[in-house]
Amino acid sequence: MSLEDKYLITVGLEVHCELRTSTKLFCGCANVFGSPPNTNICPVCLGLPGALPVLNRRAVEYAIAIGLALNCDIRRSVFARKNYFYPDMPKDFQISQYDEPICVEGYLELPVAGKRVGIVRAHIEEDTGKTTHVGSSGRIQGADFSLVDYNRSGIPLVEIVSAPDMESAEEAREYVSELRSILVATGATDGKMEEGSMRVDANVSVRRKGTEELGTRCEIKNLNSLRSLGRAIQYEARRQMEIVEEGGRVRQQTRHWNEDQGVTSSLRSKEEANDYRYFPEPDLVPLEPSSEMVELVRAELPVLPPARRAALSDLAGGKPNRSELEQIGTCIGLDLDGFVSSAAEAGLPFKLALSRAANELAALVGAGEALSPEAFVGVLKAEDSGRLSATQAKAVMARLAETGGTVEEAITALGFVGLTDDEVGSLVDRVTAEHPNEWGRYMAGENQLAGFFIGAAMKASGGKVNGRVFSALLAGKRESARS
Amino acid sequence: MAIVDMTAREMASAVRNRELSATEVVEAHLSEISAHDREVAAFLLVLADEARHRARSIDEAIARGEEVGPLAGVPIAVKDNMTLRGVETTCASRILAGWRPPYTATVVQRVESAGAIVIGKTNLDEFAMGSSTENSGFFPTRNPIDLSRVPGGSSGGSAAAVAARFTPLALGSDTGGSIRQPASLCGVVGAKPTYGLVSRYGLIAFASSLDQIGPFARSVEDAAALLSVIASKDPMDSTSLGVGFDAAGIGEGVQGMRIGVVEEMLDGVSSGVASVLDSAIAALEAAGAAVERVSVPAARYGLSAYYLIAPAEASSNLARFDGVRYGLRVEGEDITETYLRTRERGFGAEVKRRIMLGTYALSAGYYDALYGKAQQVRTLIARDFAAAYEHFDALISPTSPTVAFRFGERSDPLSMYMSDVCTIPSNLAGHPGMSVPFGPAENGMPAGVQVLAPALREGVMFRVAMALEAAALEAAVPEWAKAAGSGGAA
Amino acid sequence: MSSDQISRDETLHIAHLARLAITDEEADLYSRQLSAVLAHARDIGALDIAGVEPTMHAVSMRNVMREDVVADSLDREEVLASAPSSEAGMFLVPRIVGEE
Ligand SMILES: [Mg+2]
Ligand SMILES: [Zn+2]
Repeated sequence: MSLEDKYLITVGLEVHCELRTSTKLFCGCANVFGSPPNTNICPVCLGLPGALPVLNRRAVEYAIAIGLALNCDIRRSVFARKNYFYPDMPKDFQISQYDEPICVEGYLELPVAGKRVGIVRAHIEEDTGKTTHVGSSGRIQGADFSLVDYNRSGIPLVEIVSAPDMESAEEAREYVSELRSILVATGATDGKMEEGSMRVDANVSVRRKGTEELGTRCEIKNLNSLRSLGRAIQYEARRQMEIVEEGGRVRQQTRHWNEDQGVTSSLRSKEEANDYRYFPEPDLVPLEPSSEMVELVRAELPVLPPARRAALSDLAGGKPNRSELEQIGTCIGLDLDGFVSSAAEAGLPFKLALSRAANELAALVGAGEALSPEAFVGVLKAEDSGRLSATQAKAVMARLAETGGTVEEAITALGFVGLTDDEVGSLVDRVTAEHPNEWGRYMAGENQLAGFFIGAAMKASGGKVNGRVFSALLAGKRESARS
Repeated sequence: MAIVDMTAREMASAVRNRELSATEVVEAHLSEISAHDREVAAFLLVLADEARHRARSIDEAIARGEEVGPLAGVPIAVKDNMTLRGVETTCASRILAGWRPPYTATVVQRVESAGAIVIGKTNLDEFAMGSSTENSGFFPTRNPIDLSRVPGGSSGGSAAAVAARFTPLALGSDTGGSIRQPASLCGVVGAKPTYGLVSRYGLIAFASSLDQIGPFARSVEDAAALLSVIASKDPMDSTSLGVGFDAAGIGEGVQGMRIGVVEEMLDGVSSGVASVLDSAIAALEAAGAAVERVSVPAARYGLSAYYLIAPAEASSNLARFDGVRYGLRVEGEDITETYLRTRERGFGAEVKRRIMLGTYALSAGYYDALYGKAQQVRTLIARDFAAAYEHFDALISPTSPTVAFRFGERSDPLSMYMSDVCTIPSNLAGHPGMSVPFGPAENGMPAGVQVLAPALREGVMFRVAMALEAAALEAAVPEWAKAAGSGGAA
Repeated sequence: MSSDQISRDETLHIAHLARLAITDEEADLYSRQLSAVLAHARDIGALDIAGVEPTMHAVSMRNVMREDVVADSLDREEVLASAPSSEAGMFLVPRIVGEE
């Protein structure tokens, strides 16, 4: 019995996402990525003596949108100061929401895992600056000195804290990817993990199966891709299982994920006793979103992924299986569900539309190319009717994405113009005549020989023959020969 | 009359009517400063060149017939905890020595656009923590009335500068009495407005929920004129109330007004100060007000609440002085050692003591019992004031229990903290309060009467203050000013 | 309310939280002085005011917000001119050891 079979894993996630405002949370400096260091700074976000924060209305609206999308209650909230010293934090405190966050008690459905993850809270806070450690080793420990850029200081964030409801790395990944697609759909964030606009901290603990009490948890900081998230949780859970298995005790720690080595390691030399001395930020007044404000934000919300998923699942007629759920997720994440429903409305088979959208179309979109829904439907019609083989249909889609034009033009340009039925009929006559032996056996009922004749016809026509049409005519020829 | 004896309003109208030039006004004050500030030490920085330059441009604007502001040509001193772009701002702390802020405080912008001329930055107790200006990181300021005594604090430099005729107007900040107490001790008018009436943007915070900027002047009308310039909505300050102050009607007298004397503020008051208050009561009654004693019971807890709340907020506000972005850095092996050394070297003893106290009050395990409870006491104080204001238009008390004390006389922090016992409750409640000179009391030293009013009732407060001023016995003036006055310069 | 006397260890811990280097003698002095101030605060410790709302702000305003409109930022050179140390347009700080 492996360790993984003996233990249960519990994961809770804290996701920080940057809001897509024009300006920072408490000042008018631009919220942009990639400016030269320290060019988007002012007395407020630099924490200069005497400067005061003023709350960005748009950031509040985005936070409310996120709360609504995650089925939270929107509450009266109060900003607090979280006090600790660190050079990336210009005031040596962070303005965040502490015991009165704006969004509480929501949930998010994991469609593939088929479970609901609780959202404990979502609160507004400011980001810190960015520290670059300079020195021979390139790591924090042992760096000679550090350079600080405060462009990011004061960028608005919403921190979303889940309940410890996930039981595997896979579920944690699904949570983040579903959360990301919901947040992107609200317009509140661009969800770019690689640019740091979404950052994940994972709280991981393990316990032996059959025990109720949760184990001591460790927090893994700043996981910036789904891949790192999954690997880090797996590594960390395994590490904890081994400690417990050997009779040891897991120490509550903040740990760092090292992507290259594939390990987590303790961030701090000593066991920390954090005392953030939270107290209400006296320079900001309480935030009590009126029901008008909340309803205005609600009215602006687009149809969100869970509802879109339900709509696609309805088209499937019957409960989608796991791989279909994943394909639906991909389509929604890339905004391709409209293609699938257009195709379904045009009478095309759902599974075909879903598969082409989640695979070929998704790949094209991922590569920065585009296709109109009409073109997508057109290609699928040609494929469904048998005019194009699957391989040909994929090639036509790629060509349309690259050069545009109509489906017919693409088919012609690629030389996929098929043979007429008469021409296919002549081919049937020709190949059966050339292979009388096989024809005889086929006539006698060896159906698998149809494949042999298709191969022969392909060769004879240079690949232009449509297999389905050929098979139909071949079968027809046998029928008439028998009757 | 000597220029430096004129009120700010007189100076402004003389400049506007071209009876005096702004340049003459500025030169008169600069020469007073160079003659006497060696002894008084009110200023950390005198902006002589900048003031002369500003005076010239105001004179030119007037010569061109342009509209100038209500304070055109009037010198003003600014407590050195407010920023002025490019001009060293230190809060009288070595940790900020040499810092030139890249922006200007809203109040300073407002006085400058009203035509006032910033003549210098005044001394204070380091980061406004103190009641004597002995805790400046650079040097103490002396009381111009008696150089062996303190001017009070923390805005001691501003109060002394106005009392010494170095400037007719000054800005101070008041967190627990830091405008009113030095005004009382130096014999000038000082007002702390309603919390939120004056923008704090550019005021280097001590205790954010209590700090408020206010005016110093030698007359109640001058103080009102300055307040009407600085009171306004500021979008840069989230706690800005968005209303102004109109000085019209402050001369209407107190006939028919009901004025309460706060019982809790009479404990431990010196006999001289008590008799000053008695004559003030008599004067108000003579002017037609009904004066009675009133109890504001929770005011007794003000001092305790204040010495938890103010240090708690200060411990957080002062964390940013860490040697990373500006000010002093004492380099250590690593960042933590740099923090420790910079702050140990940069802060004075009183600042460290309050940071320690505030850190303790906020730390895990004590928050509810200390900071949280102190914030509840604020509610009680506001409630008890509200009850008193159901029966009274305004309240009065001594501003400070004693006159100015001698240097070093109060070395024990707790006894120093007691100087603010009468002024603290209005900071906790967010209400306005002001001090009007009504001395002298012991040793010929001035003593002020404190006038308190409900939130945003500055108009009523100034009316009472004007009535007191009209009845005031002789205002205290420095010896040299008396001599100059009898010399009779025009 | 906490006990009146603040121990030397507690004082040293508070000093570290506040990033103030203090000597042992100072620790003793601060212990005494802080204890004295806290002893004075015993009067409010004794108040039975459970249920009284705290006053966190002297103003009763709510929902003060600004529009999301870009304003000028500062000139970097002016800001860095005040910095104790800078390099490549950034603030230079001594090495950061693993501690928050
Ligand atoms: Mg956070
Ligand atoms: Zn900014």
